[in-house]
Amino acid sequence: MWRIRHFEEQVGVLKRADQVHGLIHLSVGQEGVAASVCTQLRDDDPVYSGHRAHGHCIAKGAPLERILAELMGRDGGLCRGLGGSMHLVDVEHGFMGATGVVGGNIPMALGSALAGRLRGGDQVAVVFFGDGAVQAGHFNESINLATLWGLPLILVCENNGFAEFTPRSAHTNVERVSDVVAPYEVERETVDGNDVLAVWEAFGRFLAEARKGSGPFLLECLTHRLRGHYEGDPGKYREAIAKADWQEKDPILRLQRHGVSEGWFSEDDVAAVERESLAEIEKAEQFARESPFPDQRLIAELVYA
Amino acid sequence: MAEIPYIAAIEMAIHGEMERDDSVLYFGQNIATTENDKFLQAFGPDRVRVTPISETAEIGMAVGAALAGYRPVVELYMAEFMLVAMDQVVNEAPRFRYMTGGQVTVPLVLKAGYGFTAGWAGQHTGTIYGMFMGVPGLRVAIPSTAADAKGLMATAIRDDNPVAYFHHYLLTLIPGEVPDGEHLVPFGEAAVRREGGDVTIVALGYMVGLALEAADRLASEGIEAEVIDPRTLNPLDLKTILESVEKTGHLVLVDQATRHGSASAVIAADVADEGFSSLKAPIKQVTALDATIPYSQPMEEYLLPDVDKIVGAVQQVLGQAPVTA
Repeated sequence: MWRIRHFEEQVGVLKRADQVHGLIHLSVGQEGVAASVCTQLRDDDPVYSGHRAHGHCIAKGAPLERILAELMGRDGGLCRGLGGSMHLVDVEHGFMGATGVVGGNIPMALGSALAGRLRGGDQVAVVFFGDGAVQAGHFNESINLATLWGLPLILVCENNGFAEFTPRSAHTNVERVSDVVAPYEVERETVDGNDVLAVWEAFGRFLAEARKGSGPFLLECLTHRLRGHYEGDPGKYREAIAKADWQEKDPILRLQRHGVSEGWFSEDDVAAVERESLAEIEKAEQFARESPFPDQRLIAELVYA
Repeated sequence: MAEIPYIAAIEMAIHGEMERDDSVLYFGQNIATTENDKFLQAFGPDRVRVTPISETAEIGMAVGAALAGYRPVVELYMAEFMLVAMDQVVNEAPRFRYMTGGQVTVPLVLKAGYGFTAGWAGQHTGTIYGMFMGVPGLRVAIPSTAADAKGLMATAIRDDNPVAYFHHYLLTLIPGEVPDGEHLVPFGEAAVRREGGDVTIVALGYMVGLALEAADRLASEGIEAEVIDPRTLNPLDLKTILESVEKTGHLVLVDQATRHGSASAVIAADVADEGFSSLKAPIKQVTALDATIPYSQPMEEYLLPDVDKIVGAVQQVLGQAPVTA
């Protein structure tokens, strides 16, 4: 989680310095969900994400330097600089797709789940999306089909209460996403997404079932997006959370306090993890800066297979 | 070689490819509605899947399955139904390979019928392939004969790119000689359906038949038209068209689409750009009017290209008819 937090904070710095070229959506504050979900998966479990994908991509195992190089538009990036922040894909680690159009990733995850079913393995497909995607037709069509065919798919909704710039209450009368799928009798749970252990436990339970071939499942994680919808968002539509409140809510600090009190690790261990992740990000930035911009010939090479 | 209807040729290709390659899947609404369905019997319910009326989920699922190594064919019946799922057709399927820096391929076929101009009114009659011609990463096939219907479908299924395969509804039952066994028509190779030295007629899909009829009538007036069927719009065999125009010096394009949504407008622009010095007269297009297809039969006919309009256009570019026809 520190790797995600530090990475994204540095991306924010690089964005303001115009070293990161394009549109950036950070997930600072939501790291607990990405970490609890992705670290329980294997490389051959396909994961899809949306426009706020850095955390999921890092947690799924993609190398930091190649993600940062992608964000800086370099040839050494995961997608050779052609995808950028909203389209991170790392097939090697099963991070199959981030899509820039809200909801667009959900039916694709259905296809991956179907493929897994047809192959007869125990792969499980996972798709992350925000509460805003639930009101899109994609979601409703996909949940119907996934339940009709009983596909091994886990839908992970990061409900941060805001669909881009508007609160959930302006989009729907249904407060909980888990209630939206009730008529389909999907096995579902709503958890505090900033409680890493709760997300870990609920997702792990669904994963074990899905490995046996059942599904779909819906995990709704109530979380908080600390930054704006995009980097540079003036954020006039909401009040910033008070610092003291955030200290209480922060998924990383909460896990640390809990882990230290349980004797799982010490304050020194935590500090060491932070130092390591900062060093890793510094190296990643160096890699990205040294990577050349892509060659123009790449365009003709990649439009068609 | 056997004479079979256009639609049977398409089915033959899908069946043949499913037999040849286990990774080919077939999804769609209302397919395999009985247990006696020949696809279901041959390939079983895992590979032949009836879907709800959920085009976005169907096509998105095809994209996901394609990313995982399958080759789905999505039966959409009406091309207009594909418009419901433009996000998947335009934003996801054709861009994925490119945006991932080439990490993946998305081999899938969107089978869509178009142009049912037989009283099917405004939402089942559109000739909309022009909308897709300029979508980078997407292939577009428009077979005009039964043989090509088979050969282009087989090629589409084997192609590693998403392919929008548009078949014309008025050709559905039109028979044609179709090669037995494996038959592949390469993408990007136009067919010269008739040779002639006076004028080049580039006709798209169903318009090929009308252009050939017009050419016969023109021949009786001593005008020899060369009729070119591009067969695929993406890739487009511009070379064959430019060579013909170099020979004839005159170009008429025939497209059932609305003028400003037509593929012919794009081809005309390409010829103007790259073959202007060959032209002895302005390019002329025969298209539908920029209007939705009306229900009433005489109104439908008023809107659409026909043999008379094609003949008139040729006479115009050859300076044998007033320009204001």
